[in-house]
This record gives sequence, structure tokens and C-alpha cells, in this order.
Amino acid sequence: MAEKVRFIIERQDGPNDKPYTQEFDVDYRPGLNVVASLMEIQKNPVTVDGKKVPPVVWECNCLEKVCGACMMVINGKAQQACCALVDNLKQPIKLQPARTFPVIRDLLIDRTRMFEALKRIQGWVELDGSWENREAPIQNPYTATTAYEISRCMTCGCCLEACPNVGPQSDFIGPAPTVQAYLFNLHPLGKFDAPKRLNVLMEKGGITSCGNSQNCVEVCPKSIKLTTYLAQLNRDVNIQALKNIFNN
Amino acid sequence: MAKDMTKKKIIIVGGGISGLLATIKVCELGGEVLLFSYCPVKRSHSLCAQGGMNACMDSKGEHDSIYEHFDDTVYGGDFLADQLAVKGMVEAAPKLIKMLDRMGVPFTRTPEGNLDLRNFGGQKNKRTCFAGSTTGQQILYALDEQVRRWEVKGSVKKYEFWEFIKIIKNKEGVCRGIVAQSMNTMEIKSFRADTVILATGGPGQVFGRCTASTICNGSAVSAVYQQGAEIANPEFIQIHPTAIPGSDKNRLMSEACRGEGGRVWVYKDGKPWYFLEEMYPAYGNLVPRDVASRAIYKVCVHMGLGINGENRVYLDLSHIDGNYLLRKLGGILEMYSEFVGQDPRKVPMEIFPSVHYSMGGIWVDRLHNTNIPGLMASGECDYQYHGANRLGANSLLSAAYSGTVSGPEAMKWAKTGNKGSELTDEELEAARREVQNEYDKILQMNGSENAHKLHHEMGDLMYKYVAIERDNNGLDICLEELKKILRRWDDIGITDRGNVANQEAMFVRQLRNMILYAMAITKGARCRDESRGAHAKIVLENGKQKHDADGELVFMGRDDKNFMFTTIVNYDPKTEEPIVTYREFDHSLIKPRARNYAVAKKE
Repeated sequence: MAEKVRFIIERQDGPNDKPYTQEFDVDYRPGLNVVASLMEIQKNPVTVDGKKVPPVVWECNCLEKVCGACMMVINGKAQQACCALVDNLKQPIKLQPARTFPVIRDLLIDRTRMFEALKRIQGWVELDGSWENREAPIQNPYTATTAYEISRCMTCGCCLEACPNVGPQSDFIGPAPTVQAYLFNLHPLGKFDAPKRLNVLMEKGGITSCGNSQNCVEVCPKSIKLTTYLAQLNRDVNIQALKNIFNN
Repeated sequence: MAKDMTKKKIIIVGGGISGLLATIKVCELGGEVLLFSYCPVKRSHSLCAQGGMNACMDSKGEHDSIYEHFDDTVYGGDFLADQLAVKGMVEAAPKLIKMLDRMGVPFTRTPEGNLDLRNFGGQKNKRTCFAGSTTGQQILYALDEQVRRWEVKGSVKKYEFWEFIKIIKNKEGVCRGIVAQSMNTMEIKSFRADTVILATGGPGQVFGRCTASTICNGSAVSAVYQQGAEIANPEFIQIHPTAIPGSDKNRLMSEACRGEGGRVWVYKDGKPWYFLEEMYPAYGNLVPRDVASRAIYKVCVHMGLGINGENRVYLDLSHIDGNYLLRKLGGILEMYSEFVGQDPRKVPMEIFPSVHYSMGGIWVDRLHNTNIPGLMASGECDYQYHGANRLGANSLLSAAYSGTVSGPEAMKWAKTGNKGSELTDEELEAARREVQNEYDKILQMNGSENAHKLHHEMGDLMYKYVAIERDNNGLDICLEELKKILRRWDDIGITDRGNVANQEAMFVRQLRNMILYAMAITKGARCRDESRGAHAKIVLENGKQKHDADGELVFMGRDDKNFMFTTIVNYDPKTEEPIVTYREFDHSLIKPRARNYAVAKKE
């Protein structure tokens, strides 16, 4: 008989229902990851007690660690399920939804707050329009490399889940959206609106809510140097605050 | 403030690169967009495009020209692409790149700060702009940001986690709305529109394991096909030569690996055999994808030379400087290490071809109108630009370009089109009720089949008969088997009868659409008695596959006289089967010539 992998999954039937756990066994195979295991459960949604149950609900798209959809808490750590290889996980494997966010059902969560935060920090370049009007400005290749690093952020929410300052006790928008402000301030056209973004970060829920616990940089699946850019932003925000005083 | 009732309302289904660019164009022209997507648009499948986007920037001293890009695309597509459409796309490409650069796409730069360019398959000049090895992700993000800006201004209303179910036509037969369902609350609702654009991507999931995301199921395309939209060239499915085989998905290893100097080989007589370089001296490892995939298939399946006798060959980067690789290909090398556990900078990667992209899709004219008035299609879900085989890095281009065409055209139709009557409340409710009834029936399904298992079976079937090599016996068998799967769909049983995020019930509905689309692909392949681009058909003799004197399989040749036409597939509502006809297209600019990548291209 094939070797089995045991999963303990925290389930919840709807946004207002109580959580409960169920256990499932999945046949082991080399290279098996958590998403592939959940797919196997879909094909045969039977618990270890032999009970036929509705298949587990979760969100995934790309399975290549680039879309950010399948973030969940695996053995206590927020991470992408698609690249969580069973070989690297202690068994039984415990899956939970990232409860920093409202749970819709099972492992499916609502990350609307992250996209709303991107609106707040004005995470875009104020373009005249999507047509050609002239040559785009030359960019310093080193700055562009930094921009690329930050721009790989896939809004997965690992850093919010890990941050002790994101939660009901605080209105901190979280590391990922905050650092996106830094990205747009780097761009030769985006930097025109840097003062606006920095002023937003001065407000409630902005960078002053960051307690510098350094958890975010530990969990970022894209290894973005979040704390480095948060520190840089903190400096930029302070300079902006002084400018605000002296220019008024 | 009172709502502006004179604003034209455009429904766009799909928030990948094409859908988002169309959204931006509509907003710029003063329209209002209802944007529907399976997921937050920032997670759309466009972000899986890795290698880059082609545009003649000519900044490498190679005297590249737009004409050369045009010719490479038409030749690479084996002369089945509408040439006027392709011409429009390649001419717009450099302008699109400059616009995306202003928008904030962090393209990789040269030391001087210019956009860097790399090589890609089927092209001799460096023409591919890129952002590391996650170019699609970066372009998608920049467009997502611009759409968010329009959302703040009130021009865009997003319906994320909503599934498109079908279009609604008025009594004149014009598309004037859609029915959609919330994937979280399961609410079903009808929506009015002046124009509807589908930008729903490709049908990769019809083949089960592929390089596509789980959301690329072709379900929306199949839904409108069943409502009278014509499908064009569905038999042309691109098999990407280099993917990491996996049981949940085949993960793409970008063509950029070969563009940056990667070599493909297997052991033969105890020594590395660089078979692409030997078979195709002029292009070597940079032959187009259909050619490379067939060669790898032949080496593994027919010659039995795959690694350890398995269907695998080496894709080797280990001879290239590690730091250079990290800068140019970091993202995907990290992915390989993560999923396989080996460092491609030190050890050759093991890869095999996988279903990747659909050249075919909904038939559209050059302005992206379908045959149903008021309904448009844009991006991979349409059939335009790629003919019988797509060149690498032309997909980001066609996605972006098609959005810049379909968006303005949707506004033009909304303002001046012959739209007929607006949908009445009764018509909206009737359409909603029909979908509700179908959904309620699914919730009651109590048979013995599991939808996911059935899907898996269909994928195996499609890989076996409608992939790299095809023959008419296999295609006939496949069509019969698909009909059986369609009947077995009725016997599906579901365990989830809940009314929150019922993914099982939604999948059951999608699966039926996928089966009908699989039949269109298979029938298209069965009827096309030639080989062209990605469609390679083996000659049968006395009912058996024919071999030549050397024991090599004999393929049909390209038959311009009978088959240099667009395949048109219509759905027959009585039998549920596809009906195939052929249609002229424009090939007035470049005269067809034989395609041979063993020698340098002659114009």
C-alpha cells in the first residue's frame, strides 16, 4: 500500500460559522505539494473516519508561486500552498486559513483590505493616457533592479498574517501595501506624486503603526527586503513632515 | 452626485492584460466598465508569461525592422494568420512598450539605462523586451494599477470572484448583457450592457495538466459558442517544448532559457547529443515551439533516448555564468529549485513538452467583433494573430494590442452600433431564472461520477489523441470517447450542496463547457487533412500509421490549396456536436513559402 500523508484541516462552512477540523489521508508521491494534495482530496473527499464530506474549499490559480492566491497557514506558518512540498513539512500537516483576514469558507479568505490599501497609497503612476506621447525616460539600471524586486510583491498577505501590528487592535495597512508606496516613489514619473504618498503614510494606519518586529521580511515568499524599505520610507516620511512644516 | 445615465456601459469579462487594457481604453473614452473576473484581476493568468514581449526596438545594432517582425510572425504561424491583423500588431508593438515603460513596468535595463532585449525562438534578431523572467506579472501589475486608478475615479466597478455564465441577447439577436454568479455568495444576477467583451484567456484545462492556471478552462468561450459564437482554428494548440512535468501542473520553463544560451540535449551512444542544433543548424535551440516540441517527442517516444528511458530531456544552462543567469532568469530558476530541489545553474534541468497556449479561439474580425453583434473577444480567447503556431513573446504583445483595439471599438459600437432594443426587466429575469434552474439542477446531481476524476480522464484522452502527433484513427476514437464523457457528465454526483463558495458545483458546470470545447478542438483537427504549424498529422496506410523506408513516420504535408483557410466551428444545438466549415482570410502581403528552420529564412 502506498505511503499516506495525513492532513489536519481547519474548516468553516461559512463566514459566520464555527471552525472545526477534519483529517484526510493522501497517497504520497515524490514532489507532492499542498495544493496537489488538496486536489487529490477533491477527487475523493472522504475523511480518515470514512465519512464522505464536501471537498475542501481554497483559492489557487497559477501553482507557480507567482499569483499569490493560495496563501494559507501551513504548520503554523503563512506561506503559499503550491510550493509547500510535503517532503519539507512535518507530518501530520496542519492547514488553517490566514485569520488576519475574514474567512469566507474553509481555507478561502477575503483579502480586499490589501487592495483597498493600494488605493489609499495611490499605488500607480499618474499617466496622461495609455497612448504614445514621447520616449519614456531613461532609468538608472540599479534603481530599476530595486523597483523590480519590490514589484514582484504578489499581494499574498503572508506579511500581514505574520505582522503583530496588523489586526483588530490596530489600523495598520500592513507591510506590503506600505512598501508599494516606495516602489512608485522610485519611478521617474511616479516620483512626482511622492509627497502625496508620504503624506498618506503619515496618517493613521500608516508607517507609524509599524512596530519594526521584522516578522514580515522573514515570511515574504519573494524575499523582498521589506524592513529595509520600511526604514527608508520612515526616513522619507520624516523628511516630508519637516518639509510640510517649513513650507507652510 | 446623480449617476450619469448617459455614460456608455461596457461589460468586460476577464482581467488579464487584454481585459485590463480594454478597460483603460474604455475609461479614457468616457465609458463605464463592469469588470468581471474569477479572481482579483491582479491574479490573472497573464502573470505566468515569463520571457518577454516582442517589439522591434532595434537598439542592439542589428538593423531589426518592423517588417522582419511581421515576416517572422507570419512565417512562424505557417501562413495561417490574417496578415493585415498581424501588420497592425507589429507596427503598434514599440509604441506599446514605451507606454508600458511610462506606466512603470520595471523592464530590465542595459548599463546605459535603455530597455534590454533578448533572443527568442523563430527570430534571428534580439527583439524581446523583458522584466527579469516575470514579464507578464510586471505588465499585468502596471495595468492593474492603472485600472485601480480608474476604479477610484468611479469609472470601473469590479466584480471579482464572479463567474460569467452566459450572454443575454435582445429580441433582435444583439448581445445586450450577461448573467453572472458570485463565487462566494452563489447569487446569480443579470447585468445590462451596451457592449460585452470577453477576455477570458485560453482553454488549457481542457487538457488537464498544462502550463496554464487552474482558472484557464475555456468555459466562457464554450458558453458563447453554445449561444452561436463561431470558434476559429481551435485545433491549433501550442505545445511548449520546455516544461517541468508535474502531477498537478506542468510548470513552464521559459523559452528565455534558450534565448539566453540554454542548450537541449540527451545522451546518445554515451555522449551528449545536441539534437536541435544538429537537426536545425540555422536556428539551433531557437527553433519555434512546434518544431522543438516535435523533435523532443521524437527523440523520447520514437527513439527511446529520453533520460533514463523516461519522457524527459535536458535543458542545460550550467555552462553560463551564474550571476548572469540570476540577473536575467532569476525568477524561474528559483521556481525550478523550489519545485524540483536542484539548482539549474549547476545541474541541467529535466523538461518535456506541455500544452501551453491556444492559437485558436472565438472568431473575430480585425476590430475584435465576433459574429454576434454587441459581443467582442480579445486576448488568448480570440483566434487572431498567431495562425498555426505562435512565436514566443508574441502572446504578451497580442494580449496588450488586442485590448487597445477592442476597448475603443466597444465604445464605438456602444455609441453608433445598431444595438436594437434595451433588455427589459422581464428579459433580464428570464435569463437569470434559466441559469438559476440549471444551477439548482447541478446541486441535486446524485450520480456515481466524480467531476474531477472525469476531468482528469478527459485530459488524458486529449493528450493521447490531440497533442503533438495526431492521426485520423485516433481523432475518430477521441470524438467518440468525448461523447461518452459528455453522457457520463449527467451521472455526476456532488457532495457539496452548500450555498457558500460552492466550488464543486461551479466546477461541474465548467466541466460540461470544457467537454464541448474539447469536441470542437478534436473535430477541427479531424477535418484538417494536412500538417501546418502545431497541427501535425500522420499519414495512414491500410488503417495504420505509415513509415518510410528508414522507419520514420510519414506526416502529411502542408496543403495550401485545400487548407489555407480559417477553420470555422459552429455548435449544433440538436446534436451538441461541432460543425466545421472553412473561411478565407487575408494573406495578400507575404506570399506563402515552405517553412524550414534548418536553413536561414529567405524572404
